Amino acid sequence: MSSSSSFFTSSLGRKFVMGITGIFLITFLIVHVGVNAMVFLDSSGELFNTAAHFMGTNWLIRSMEFVLFAGIILHIVQSVVLTRANKAARPEGYAVSGSNVNSKWYSRSMGLLGTLILMFLIIHLCHFWVEARFGIWGGIPEGTVAGTHDMFAQMKIIFSNPIIVAVYVLAMISLSYHLMHGFQSAFQSLGLNHYKYTPAIKAIGIWYSIIVPVLFALMPLYVHFVINK
Amino acid sequence: MSEGNMNLTLKVWRQKNQKQKGELVTYPVSNVSPDMSFLEMFDVLNEDLVEKGQEPIAFDHDCREGICGMCSMFINGRPHGPKEGITTCQLHMRSFKDGDTVVVEPWRATAFPVIKDLVVDRSAFDRIIAAGGFISVNTGNAQDANALPIAKEDADKSFEAAACIGCGACVATCKNASAMLFVSAKVSQLALLPQGQPERYSRVQNMVEQMDKEGFGNCTNTGACEVECPKGISLENIARMNRDYLVAKAAH
Repeated sequence: MSSSSSFFTSSLGRKFVMGITGIFLITFLIVHVGVNAMVFLDSSGELFNTAAHFMGTNWLIRSMEFVLFAGIILHIVQSVVLTRANKAARPEGYAVSGSNVNSKWYSRSMGLLGTLILMFLIIHLCHFWVEARFGIWGGIPEGTVAGTHDMFAQMKIIFSNPIIVAVYVLAMISLSYHLMHGFQSAFQSLGLNHYKYTPAIKAIGIWYSIIVPVLFALMPLYVHFVINK
Repeated sequence: MSEGNMNLTLKVWRQKNQKQKGELVTYPVSNVSPDMSFLEMFDVLNEDLVEKGQEPIAFDHDCREGICGMCSMFINGRPHGPKEGITTCQLHMRSFKDGDTVVVEPWRATAFPVIKDLVVDRSAFDRIIAAGGFISVNTGNAQDANALPIAKEDADKSFEAAACIGCGACVATCKNASAMLFVSAKVSQLALLPQGQPERYSRVQNMVEQMDKEGFGNCTNTGACEVECPKGISLENIARMNRDYLVAKAAH
């Protein structure tokens, strides 16, 4: 006999959506950091521009853009609904909290870390994505081939400002801690907890949450301190 | 004061009833033996209060041997106090030092309203159990135990889940006041055994639905519940419940 309640509005269903969108966003980060890494391979920026051009024009990638935005929005909407429910579940807090003894601070601060990442994301999209698509603030400089974007040149402009570089680096610290909890937590929410695989998932999660944000953070630093010199 | 005994300052939540607002009230307690249990220390304090003509502090307690799950006290920010793997009745005053200030609060959750002082209403747990935490069997003699082969590993895991005493420490310590550890233990203890199979997927749906209705929060996998659980219930049970719930909703 099936119960009448809907999966997607239940507590477990919402957590499932958080987990599955989280893992999807984790896979997106691999692609993104891969494209970024082209800058380290070729400091003339040609390789990076080729990769960026492919990402901006390939039909499959372009259609995934919609899925990506949908994933981000779902992840945010669910987190807001869940956080509100969590607050309602304990309106009156404790006078003394010993939570530092039984859990990690970043596992309890996912909402805060996520908000910081969202704020960064808006800034970051304005710098590159909005400019490439709509050119609101003057657009991206034109590439060597007419009609293409010189994303590398745009990067050099954006990252000439040390404050922006600092914002990017700080955002990557937030991302690192968000992933540190989120990576393994997503698997648990999907019910994927097994004595054979969970230790590996946790280890990969820790490495991932360090390596990927570090690679991301290195790019604005590299452009600001090496390429722009 | 005999040697080793200590003086403590207690700050205890006093609340007349569900309607009225409560507050922390300070009580100095002197000459506390380190061999007393935390509840015995409360007994001494209460006798003192009665002698002074004051209202004694209401607190839940029953077996005083760590198996009933009644002694719900949030002590210095942690359910059942600073030690792990024990209930409040198993906490001894030797865990504290002379001159310590000890803050004692009730479980805090919308689903666990305070009845009086440190006593909360945990009947939400009973309603979750009534929603599906059972097996339906015809009455009669129990069949021979060997007639039903169960893998040792499954029997052990089921037994570990069944060790849950429903004390509510998981809810109390969870930053979201989530009851996932409790519900998942009650789902798992039956899901792991052959006797639990006929109702396995309706059980998980009904129990989760009731849990949501009661107003418990959601699981953010901080793992605090597992650390504070006096019976060491594992987070594996929550993953099992998530799995079973997904299968139940997808295919049953």
